[in-house]
Amino acid sequence: MSTPPPPKRQWSWRSQAFRGLVYQIIAILVLVLAVGYLMSNTFANMRARGIQSGFDFFLQPAGFGIGESLIEFDSSQSYLMAYVIGLSNTLRVALVGLVMATILGTLIGIGRLTKNTLVKSLCTSYVEVTRNIPLLLQLFMWYFAMTELLPPIEEPLKPLAGVFFSKNGLQYPLPVWAPGHWGTLIGLCVGIGAWKFWTRHVKQHFEATGHTKPSFLPGLGLWVLCGVVGWLAGGAPGEIDIPEVTEINVVGGGSVTPEYLTLLIGLTVYTSGYIAEVVRAGIQSVSFGQHEAAVALGLKRTQELRLIQLPQAMRVIIPPLTSQYLNLIKNSSLAVAVGYPDLVSISSTALNQTGRAIECIALVMLIYLSLSLLTSALMNIYNRRVRIKDR
Amino acid sequence: MKSIRKLIQRPLLATAALALLGSLATPAFAGKTIDAMKARGSLNCGVNPSLPGFAAADSQGVWSGLDIDICRAVAATVLGDASKIKYTPLNAAQRFAVLQAGEIDILSRNTTWTLNRDASLGLHFTGTTYYDGQGFMVSKKSKITSAAKLKGATVCVQSGTTTEKNLNDYSKVMKLNMKPVVFDTQEATNKAYFAGRCQAYTTDASGLASVRNKEATNPDDHVILPELISKEPLGPSVRRGDDEFFAIVKWVTYALIEAEEYGITQANVDQLKGSSTDPVVQRILGTSEDTGKLLGLDRDWAFRAIKAVGNYGEIFERNVGPKSTLKLPRGLNNQWNKGGLMYAPPVR
Repeated sequence: MSTPPPPKRQWSWRSQAFRGLVYQIIAILVLVLAVGYLMSNTFANMRARGIQSGFDFFLQPAGFGIGESLIEFDSSQSYLMAYVIGLSNTLRVALVGLVMATILGTLIGIGRLTKNTLVKSLCTSYVEVTRNIPLLLQLFMWYFAMTELLPPIEEPLKPLAGVFFSKNGLQYPLPVWAPGHWGTLIGLCVGIGAWKFWTRHVKQHFEATGHTKPSFLPGLGLWVLCGVVGWLAGGAPGEIDIPEVTEINVVGGGSVTPEYLTLLIGLTVYTSGYIAEVVRAGIQSVSFGQHEAAVALGLKRTQELRLIQLPQAMRVIIPPLTSQYLNLIKNSSLAVAVGYPDLVSISSTALNQTGRAIECIALVMLIYLSLSLLTSALMNIYNRRVRIKDR
Repeated sequence: MKSIRKLIQRPLLATAALALLGSLATPAFAGKTIDAMKARGSLNCGVNPSLPGFAAADSQGVWSGLDIDICRAVAATVLGDASKIKYTPLNAAQRFAVLQAGEIDILSRNTTWTLNRDASLGLHFTGTTYYDGQGFMVSKKSKITSAAKLKGATVCVQSGTTTEKNLNDYSKVMKLNMKPVVFDTQEATNKAYFAGRCQAYTTDASGLASVRNKEATNPDDHVILPELISKEPLGPSVRRGDDEFFAIVKWVTYALIEAEEYGITQANVDQLKGSSTDPVVQRILGTSEDTGKLLGLDRDWAFRAIKAVGNYGEIFERNVGPKSTLKLPRGLNNQWNKGGLMYAPPVR
């Protein structure tokens, strides 16, 4: 029996494929025209009302100060630079928050699975409380707690020499940047390699002889040693900026403001509740037989978690974890409520001074979108590495 | 083939035509502000949510304050009833967008008149109703007596104001390296300052007096430093594109100022209307010339405004002056012939 010849593709209105194509083209056209219509109408209206638009303000001097930043910012620098500072402040809180929320969330998630009733119920109530109170309220709570409870700026706590803690935040001595510190940085980078080399050596040794060697402490030691050698090679720059008590407050040194702390604690606590649930679900998805096998091999509970359960749980954990990461990054935009100069806060100042509402908001949306897509992409790469490989 | 082309072309043409129409369409608010106001029977007035003395609602929801009285005077002039106003409380960052979008007819919200705003935001400032300057408030305990001593100090400031820029300029010129802590609402700024997060609070001096009076557990614990670091002429603004309404708001304000100059008050306005022989008073109250006609109003326009809220001096006294809770001195806001800056072009 011969198979019927495939139907000849007909460019006629009766062909389903053709109709589908036409509908798609029409849909795209309508979308493009609708967006074009909205935009042209907006610009026509703005012109008619004498509202100026354009991104030309970007290179003009910003003219406002920024309370805290990683890079020194001067008000004579451009709006563009102010946005960069805002972005760096957002990243500064988001990245540290991601790491802390992951660690805390994982511990709490594991805690919910222990047999110890106290730990278990503490972890359960932590998750229920943190997940069920709106983040904005939590931020207000942390902020008011901090601004009310910390000692006044004029009378700071001095837990260590040169360290001050007050309503102005934590102020501490900080080495002054000198070219010689490049040596330290290079040394630390080399140190990471040395640490990795040691870990591999320990593993090979174990596989060859069956004997274990300490892995963590010598590795850490190697890393620190490389850093010190680098520092010495750089000429051992030793100038340190120590906070100074003035008539009215403490200036100089490094500092962490209450706004940063509030946002960091708020984001960490809130997101860790969700991450805990993700981790718990992941671990529970590993079949019970794996646990029995681990027990039969005589593994300790910690070894079982580290070697058997978490690696298998990862493929379930990573996708929902990614969306929690995205949430954390986006939630950092609540910073303005507690006075932290993040991207949104700086953009709203820029918006107010220039009146370019559409430009400023579109730009912030674009930056958050790029950040989220980048995070997703990185997490997808990681996901591909941990998922079960079909061989 | 022909039919297909037609099928594609028809929606295409339609959408293209629509887009063309859209780009040609005039803005939705080209209609006269006054016609719209009369049709809906109220004036939409954008105000500060909470700045006692300038704009604040009491427990019954009745608004009062200097900025409020300007809106009331305009409503009395145009609609004949000072109470026909819909108030829209706005924060600093929202205010211009809301005016641009036509949600409000007039923005009377302690807003500083600057070139940037006047030229690029699609609005017109109608004049100055309060001459202010930016100042600093500090806790009395801090023993800071002058702004020059605020070296390295943290300063609470609300975002979306001219204040941020002035603070920076001053800090730079005086080499003070002050650190701004910026909040998006006035409430948050107030809370942070009174919790001791900042060593100083900066905004317009009148605003500082208002905040101190309203929020501090004991207002005497806080002092407003003597230095004023900027000029802050505060005044109402209207959307561009309606010259008639712009002129009305402008001249209502001038009429209130001139009424004080010539001694017309809320109490004596009825009597003066009947009996005054002063030609200036007669012109303002419309008993001789009909100045209202030129503005597209009737001859009693200024009479109604003064009757509703009193002259500028009365408005000042009642809301922010020495007899009010804010106890602000008249200072620059006195009449031009008494050492102040209030100088109204003549109503004639």
